[in-house]
Amino acid sequence: MRDVSDIKDMRDALMAAIIDLAKEHPEVVFLDSDLSSCINSGPFAKEFPTRFFNCGIAEANMVGVAAGLSSMGFVPYAHSFGCFASRRAYDQFFLSANYAGQRVHLIGTDAGVTAQINGGTHMPLEDVGLMRLIPDLIVLDPSDNQSIYDLTIQAYETGHCTYTRLRRKGGSLRYKPGEVKLGKGNVLAEGSDLAIVACDQVIVDEAVKAVEILAQKGIKATLIDMHTIKPLDTELLDKVSQKTGHVLVCENARYAGGLGEAVAAHLATTYPAKMDFVCIGERFGEVGKLDYLMKTFNLLAEDIVAKAEKLARR
Amino acid sequence: MLDKQTIESLTAKATDIRISTIREIAHLGNGHIGGAMSIVEVLTYLYYHEMNIDPSNPKMEGRDRFVCSKGHAGPSVYATLAEKGYFPKDWLMTLNVGGTNLPSHCDMRKTPGVDFTTGSLGQGFSAAVGIALGQRLKGEKSYTYTIIGDGESQEGQIWEAAEFASSQKLGNLIAFTDFNRQQLDGYTADIINMDNIDTRWLGFNWHVQRINGHDYNQIADAIEKAKAVKCRPSMIILDTIKSKGYAPGEGIKANHSMAISHENEEYAISVLNGGAK
Repeated sequence: MRDVSDIKDMRDALMAAIIDLAKEHPEVVFLDSDLSSCINSGPFAKEFPTRFFNCGIAEANMVGVAAGLSSMGFVPYAHSFGCFASRRAYDQFFLSANYAGQRVHLIGTDAGVTAQINGGTHMPLEDVGLMRLIPDLIVLDPSDNQSIYDLTIQAYETGHCTYTRLRRKGGSLRYKPGEVKLGKGNVLAEGSDLAIVACDQVIVDEAVKAVEILAQKGIKATLIDMHTIKPLDTELLDKVSQKTGHVLVCENARYAGGLGEAVAAHLATTYPAKMDFVCIGERFGEVGKLDYLMKTFNLLAEDIVAKAEKLARR
Repeated sequence: MLDKQTIESLTAKATDIRISTIREIAHLGNGHIGGAMSIVEVLTYLYYHEMNIDPSNPKMEGRDRFVCSKGHAGPSVYATLAEKGYFPKDWLMTLNVGGTNLPSHCDMRKTPGVDFTTGSLGQGFSAAVGIALGQRLKGEKSYTYTIIGDGESQEGQIWEAAEFASSQKLGNLIAFTDFNRQQLDGYTADIINMDNIDTRWLGFNWHVQRINGHDYNQIADAIEKAKAVKCRPSMIILDTIKSKGYAPGEGIKANHSMAISHENEEYAISVLNGGAK
């Protein structure tokens, strides 16, 4: 795996992976929906002008065209904001891509509250739930630039449809090349009092801070980066649930259908734990800068700490 | 102009396909007879006279492709594919039976010869656009043919695909609209008026022709003209009769999906075979 520690924004790490795949595989094509400048797919278009298609502001058609291209042997990546990639083109992704046995790699940018000043209309909070409903779909919510690069390369090799949600600008760097494996959670801290299972860049960043604060308070937490929401790493979940008996799931998405529900539903059938959730409850998105949104939706390290302390005492 | 022998041969084949379609649906008891029967001439023409295909190698590289975007017309597509030898004709009696390879709506994962899965209206058309784009990208000289319904044309996705196909100058995409003036709930004119369909497609910068969809000479001529247009996709609007050839369904309002009794099955087939109507 290539080292992308020189890349600042998550979108550029993702596009670097797609461009590297396109260099190796002439069947890789890229479809955008008038949001090329948002994901910075320009370099792909420049390098592979005949394999780049701007489908205009017509997401449903874009996904259908991608499915048709797949049936001709191409491997399409299709991009829109997460809200439109999921809610607006859902039936097309569901039927023409997944049900029809085609292979479309769908990308939804501006995951959760990172849509920021585009506001509630543009805030994908329910994309995780929608995508988890599709049989055999791979759903990714990576937490740093190296992992989005590595997971994109690994997801290509699976031959499956995928949905990847990500923050566009900004990012983190916590992994070295090759440290992340699709379908396997990464243990970032080990502790016996509770397990924090998190995904998404802004949330894992907060969870890392929360684990440090909890340690100062004498609470020892395990922290898992569950970058692959589906298929879920049930083996690791069983292990930490048995070990700690307390599981706190943190995500940048709605509770309904989210990672938390997935973890709870699995553990209910194996090693039930006392659980709580840091996520977006029964609310729509709203406009604001990231710091305001993280605070109003209770997604900050202090929110994780408060719930973790209470949970560990239960 | 097609010669007399060709027309007679196509006509006989279309009758076989219509009889098989009626048998399929009657065996089950009910189904989408109306929209399946209205497209039989164009199916027959494409599969027996036009497309570069090989039933013994359904996934042949470089073949022409066909997407029945109005996926509920599956029964007549299956009858056509069975007649062509893509699969045994006795499969036709398994239509919609649990575990069948012939589901109500066309499914590329189930049925040999089906080039794309359809059923959610509008979606097959975008897939056909993607397929035509893929053919061009691969440098093939092949064509993509697709049929949409007039009712289906009420879907917004049709027009998203229309604007994209013309922007991409997909001259290898030849589409048909089965303009039978009826949809599930009744006549299109009473639900969403589609009468300005020609100008809509012209407005989307497609090459547009309008013909009698049951006339082989007109179908042949329209496809030839469509192929001569290199930088625009083609729409051939077929004026058709819903339920054409299933006599009990012709000319009535509720003929989208019908129960077919044994008596009506035999009566309709006797009419097709030249008996009294």
